[in-house]
Amino acid sequence: MAFVSSGYNPKEPMKDRITDIGPKHFEEFYPPVIKNNKGKWLYHEILEPGVLVHVSETGDEVYTVRAGGCRLMSIEHIREICEIADKHCNGYLRFTTRNNIEFMVDSKSKVKPLVDDLMSRKQPGGCYKFPVGGTGAGITNIVHTQGWIHCHTPATDASGPVKATMDVLFDDFRTMRLPAHVRVSLACCLNMCGAVHCSDIAILGYHRKPPLLDHEYLDKMCEVPLAIAACPTAAIKPSKVTLPSGVEVKSVAVNNDRCMFCGNCYTMCPSMPLADTEGDGIVIMAGGKVSNRLSAPKFSKVVVAFLPNEAPRWPQTTAVIKKIVEAYAKGANKYERVGEWAERIGWERFFEKCEIEFTHHLIDDFRDPAYFTWRQTTQFKF
Amino acid sequence: MAKHATPMLDQLETGPWPSFVTDIKRQAEFRKKNQEKMNYQIPVDVCEDLLGILELSFKHGRTHWKHGGIVGVFGYGGGVIGRYCDQPEQFPGVAHFHTMRVAQPAGKFYTSSYLRELCDLWDFRGSGITNMHGSTGDIIFLGTTTPQLEEIFFELTHRINQDLGGSGSNLRTPSDCVGQARCEFACYDTQALCHDLTNEYQDELHRPAFPYKFKFKFDGCPNCCVASIARSDMSFIGTWRDDIRVDQKAVAAYIGGELKANAGAHSGRDWGKFDIQKEVIALCPTGCMRYEGGKLEINNRECTRCMHCINVMPRALRIGLERGLSILVGAKAPILDGAQMGTLLVPFISAEPPYSEIKETVIEPVWDWWMEEGKNRERLGELIKRQGFGKLLEVTGFKPDPRMVKEPRSNPYIFWKEEEVEGGWERDINEFRKHHQR
Repeated sequence: MAFVSSGYNPKEPMKDRITDIGPKHFEEFYPPVIKNNKGKWLYHEILEPGVLVHVSETGDEVYTVRAGGCRLMSIEHIREICEIADKHCNGYLRFTTRNNIEFMVDSKSKVKPLVDDLMSRKQPGGCYKFPVGGTGAGITNIVHTQGWIHCHTPATDASGPVKATMDVLFDDFRTMRLPAHVRVSLACCLNMCGAVHCSDIAILGYHRKPPLLDHEYLDKMCEVPLAIAACPTAAIKPSKVTLPSGVEVKSVAVNNDRCMFCGNCYTMCPSMPLADTEGDGIVIMAGGKVSNRLSAPKFSKVVVAFLPNEAPRWPQTTAVIKKIVEAYAKGANKYERVGEWAERIGWERFFEKCEIEFTHHLIDDFRDPAYFTWRQTTQFKF
Repeated sequence: MAKHATPMLDQLETGPWPSFVTDIKRQAEFRKKNQEKMNYQIPVDVCEDLLGILELSFKHGRTHWKHGGIVGVFGYGGGVIGRYCDQPEQFPGVAHFHTMRVAQPAGKFYTSSYLRELCDLWDFRGSGITNMHGSTGDIIFLGTTTPQLEEIFFELTHRINQDLGGSGSNLRTPSDCVGQARCEFACYDTQALCHDLTNEYQDELHRPAFPYKFKFKFDGCPNCCVASIARSDMSFIGTWRDDIRVDQKAVAAYIGGELKANAGAHSGRDWGKFDIQKEVIALCPTGCMRYEGGKLEINNRECTRCMHCINVMPRALRIGLERGLSILVGAKAPILDGAQMGTLLVPFISAEPPYSEIKETVIEPVWDWWMEEGKNRERLGELIKRQGFGKLLEVTGFKPDPRMVKEPRSNPYIFWKEEEVEGGWERDINEFRKHHQR
């Protein structure tokens, strides 16, 4: 592992430095059929799950085959994607905003060989490498985060629960039998990187124990006022602590009764870790959406306050998600998103139909706006 | 023989969905074999140690990455997320495991030759593991050591003509939907605007100068395929303000069953014959449509452009021709004072290059205000809540418009400015007492 220089000279770091060039220009990467027809598209159709055609006013057509991607991917996997693009698509491809891979061809005859090739590629354990699907009224890829692969604040993993959930929901990735598309997202803590707050179904990592205080190091490691300001419920105040050695140090005190375990103080202060094997787990949310179709965008709502982390396959979490999907598939009208369905039938019915227990944790108690989530009407269902 | 036993992770190698475990093992094997006799610049067994430490996390139910990590490249204040594992003796391959964010092309279109260039670089100087892509849009190079950061940056910029993305309290990497490149609903060129603003504001992206992070996202229409309304501080959503174009023959073809509703999105189940009354007219949120005598009519003045009818009958209904975009501001996740979606600030603005009106009347006045008034780690959405939407109007100069509210206020705690009130606020109690005895 001998060091090989790129040409960068550490003795003159600013010499020959190139900065602020931004991303490559998108036109470098457009397939010819896209370049020639940009802005001229007339209509599209979903020919089968995972296969789209777009027709241009010039008469040109582009066929898109969408394949599941697991977002976390090796360069060997990317090289295989490139090989497929070279073989079928003149070397062009794109990724979607939900981390699926799209291969585009300019004639219908090229679709079947591409789909067959993608579906024939499997991993040694039997998993598909490039399952075709993710279109229309089904379930597409899960927008997710880093989890235990790379992040320091998670309360759950990301890649693991996503694999477990997509295995359970796989048939809906490959078909289009639902009333509308169902967006599933995961965030491993409530920083909610990604789309958890606005998804039909969301998996959220959550803690249930207040932070541990590393008093000996806290003032050395942390800007104490920032840790105090990081708390949404003002549970943290400055304090002086006498260490066992008799030395008095500046630190903080946490009022455990006011702490709701968000972990934001740990984000700001390394001496306030809160991860815990039994305490940490998953919150399930439902009913969010971002599109403006029919109803306005909605936030997802908490419907299950806690499920334990059950590595490696999180069976309780995937079981709840499956129950919500099936109840929704059975009960919702055509075009109705999960949130629209829940609001139409009433949340009291949502819990009944999904066989989810309603607990006090689900009643909002965060500041003034909480009031607006309670029921100021006699209209309810028995 | 793998370096570490991973009995729990091994259970994620079955089932139909692509297994990230199998994929990382494949990369581990590839590095170990090293058929091309590469002089790997970070530990050869990095992928094995990544699996090892992940297995330990699966066992403990806790992360094994140390808090934070401040690394980067000279000249920039962000772009690299430093990370160190908390068991470096046991897993030396991931003792350093920094992430580099690489700026992705708008629309995420690629050629295989470009991706291979990136792969070759990452193979040599990194772990060989990526995220395609991060939630904000970047290509993510997952895992390398500190001494490699400048080397990778040098090769990226000199050889591949490619910059880093953003991290920290700055403008993060903008991203967009597929737009006009492959969608008939797109009301403006999302790629062009995304690329233009990314380049215009490179300084704001690479050198943190803001109270907190700030994100742009560009959706071509209100379907919001890049979720700008939920995931960007400033959200650009395409729209039109003339009439929906109706092809009555195609409407008849939908009713006659020759064309599939919603482009066939529901073909996995028998929903019965397409019923335009039930599926379109009755669902329209404003009730501005009717179908009579074989003709579909839309009262466009009452249409709120939700996209439903167009989504259901893409071959019969098309977006209008007078196009532009709406700008919504303030979306954020819950920390600190609750999640927000974007709030409508500009109902309609032109989206033609060079986009001066967008830059000069919206982006820069909003930044000027937030950079001056925003508290440490206060997102734009929180500043708007703290100082009021009225203040945002004041600093941008936009006139209050009923389109900016879902409903008028119900509490009567109304602030007036002194100059709005006849006679001002300077009053003499003795004058008052002349007419009102104590």
